[in-house]
Amino acid sequence: MSELMSDRAIDRSKMQVSDEVAIEITNMNKWYGSFHVLRDINLTVNQGERIVIAGPSGSGKSTLIRCLNALEEHQQGKIVVDGTELSNDLKNIDKIRSEVGMVFQHFNLFPHLTILENCTLAPIWVRKTPKKEAEERAMHFLEKVKIPEQAHKYPGMLSGGQQQRVAIARSLCMMPRIMLFDEPTSALDPEMIKEVLDTMIELAEEGMTMLCVTHEMGFARQVANRVIFMDAGQIVEQNEPEEFFNNPKSDRTKLFLSQILGH
Amino acid sequence: MSDTHAHSIAFVRDTEIPPSPPPAGETGAVKWLRENLFSNAVNSALTIASLLVIYILLSKTLPWLLNGVWTTSSLAECREVLQGKTGACFSVLTERWNQLLYGFKYPSDQYWRPNLALVLLLFAIAPVLFFDLPRKLLAFTAVYPFLAFWLIWGGTILAPIVALVGFAAGAFVFQTYGKSSFAVGFFGAIAAAFAVWIIGGMLIPDGASDNAMLQAVPSRDLGGFMLNLMLGVTCVSLSLPLGIALALGRQSDMPLIKWMCVVFIEFVRGVPLITLLFVASVMLAYFFPPESTVDLFLRVVIMITMFSAAYIAEVIRGGLAALPKGQYEAADSLGLDYPQAMRLIILPQALKISIPGIVNVAVGLFKDTTLVSVISMFDLVGMIRGPILASTEWNGVYWELLGFAALLFFVVCYGISQYSQWLERRLATDHR
Repeated sequence: MSELMSDRAIDRSKMQVSDEVAIEITNMNKWYGSFHVLRDINLTVNQGERIVIAGPSGSGKSTLIRCLNALEEHQQGKIVVDGTELSNDLKNIDKIRSEVGMVFQHFNLFPHLTILENCTLAPIWVRKTPKKEAEERAMHFLEKVKIPEQAHKYPGMLSGGQQQRVAIARSLCMMPRIMLFDEPTSALDPEMIKEVLDTMIELAEEGMTMLCVTHEMGFARQVANRVIFMDAGQIVEQNEPEEFFNNPKSDRTKLFLSQILGH
Repeated sequence: MSDTHAHSIAFVRDTEIPPSPPPAGETGAVKWLRENLFSNAVNSALTIASLLVIYILLSKTLPWLLNGVWTTSSLAECREVLQGKTGACFSVLTERWNQLLYGFKYPSDQYWRPNLALVLLLFAIAPVLFFDLPRKLLAFTAVYPFLAFWLIWGGTILAPIVALVGFAAGAFVFQTYGKSSFAVGFFGAIAAAFAVWIIGGMLIPDGASDNAMLQAVPSRDLGGFMLNLMLGVTCVSLSLPLGIALALGRQSDMPLIKWMCVVFIEFVRGVPLITLLFVASVMLAYFFPPESTVDLFLRVVIMITMFSAAYIAEVIRGGLAALPKGQYEAADSLGLDYPQAMRLIILPQALKISIPGIVNVAVGLFKDTTLVSVISMFDLVGMIRGPILASTEWNGVYWELLGFAALLFFVVCYGISQYSQWLERRLATDHR
């Protein structure tokens, strides 16, 4: 199941990594109470990179990307996102959050609003976009994720895969420069996983900077330019996907890959 | 028909059989009776027993209701008319109708004022209850409290106008400065409102109420079911926003706000309402400056509002706790700030979950307004227990009076309950 591959050819013409730094994490540490979740994380992500973060459960991968838009607080070290440092300043946090889109495992659509309202809410209230313009943009992105006909339904009427595609469209409506994906396909049936992955591939083809926590190794092979392997709150290994899968360096990575690809 | 079968089949029907009626015993009332009332021996026995109970109840109450006397002027006359037959003495309702509805001191030539206020209330409350109505109607809702105050209490029209201008000034200050800094806007608004009220209060001349367009009616002259309705509507509409604020305050990250809310809720909830009402009627005067005579009605409103706000806060806290954490995270990750996230995402869902609980509190509160009769305010129950039953004419007419009170309260409470069920259906978006 982890080898779900897209059946179409991937257009790599726009998938280019620039020199511009999008995210810079230096010596970051985080604790839950006395439990040391993230240890000495150092990571630089350039604009246009597509990074897949893999690792066993409890290794801190979700916590890491949740720190990037301050859903979790880090206690030590420095995180700079798109030139703004994450601190306790609420203005900075709101600024970063409006530049960074996030897609959750459980979609987290707003069930009391229609699909269209889900997509226009943040642009209208945070970006102060006029309602009409926000709706046009929302329809544009809903077409892109291939569900414009559902715009006036409520999230509860959609399938899981459709809901996740709406969640992606909702994030895109804020015109983010970086997208974070927190296990976007883990709550979905195999058939729906494919439709969500296809949407993500399209996004990558347009040059979006993406950080993706996922167990879809096929996606990592096809789309990522870098795979990061985490264990016990540390970055154990990072490499290009080809090297990472064919020639893993550490024993922990080898064990993980043999378990996840072995059957 | 395919060719292969054409010669192997001897007979092909070319017309449809007309539909035949179902067997006689399988339709209509007979079938319904047999399936629902007499499906087996136990059910049949229960059906017959129920019919018997219904018959006994009706045979006792119907003559009492139907023989009712409506036109006499005392209980003794009722008995004369009935001459020993069973029959209710509804004359007490017709004779004391105005007292039951308005109390016994409200000037009788001014009854049109509360009546008009009640009719206008329906218009003011409609856009709040039915949010499909045009939002512009809310302008009237905003003006209504001041209009109703002027209609019911009368006196100088300057007082409600000053109050309205004070609120408007506060709202204006909040609109202007609240965007840049919430605290500045909030406290600035309070300061502006009080400034307007104090200056306006000094500007109103002393004898303004003496020859006003509407004769002034003091609060102690209010009474009857009117008083229950006034207390109920005022306290429900004040305690809902206060309850929301308390529930959010209790969840706050700021320790001072959180503990103030916790202490308030736990204290008020731990005290019987009747104690609070006694405090309102007797002790609260000690907390106000000696020369100020804070109105008894206002004191009672404050106490009942505090009481029900504490309950509503806990109900809403339950709704907030029932929301998945993902909703907060999704709102945060889109860059919504705290007031936006609460107003647009969290509260609409939390309040929807809390509707049954809030309605429960509202219905309870409305019925609890009868408790003001123990601090000698003459609401509907106070009127019945006091002036009416104590009078020589109607001493002893319990069933008719208390049944009437029960009926009035039931109609209102049942209406609230039906509205809440409609609201739940209207807001249901999770259907497939």
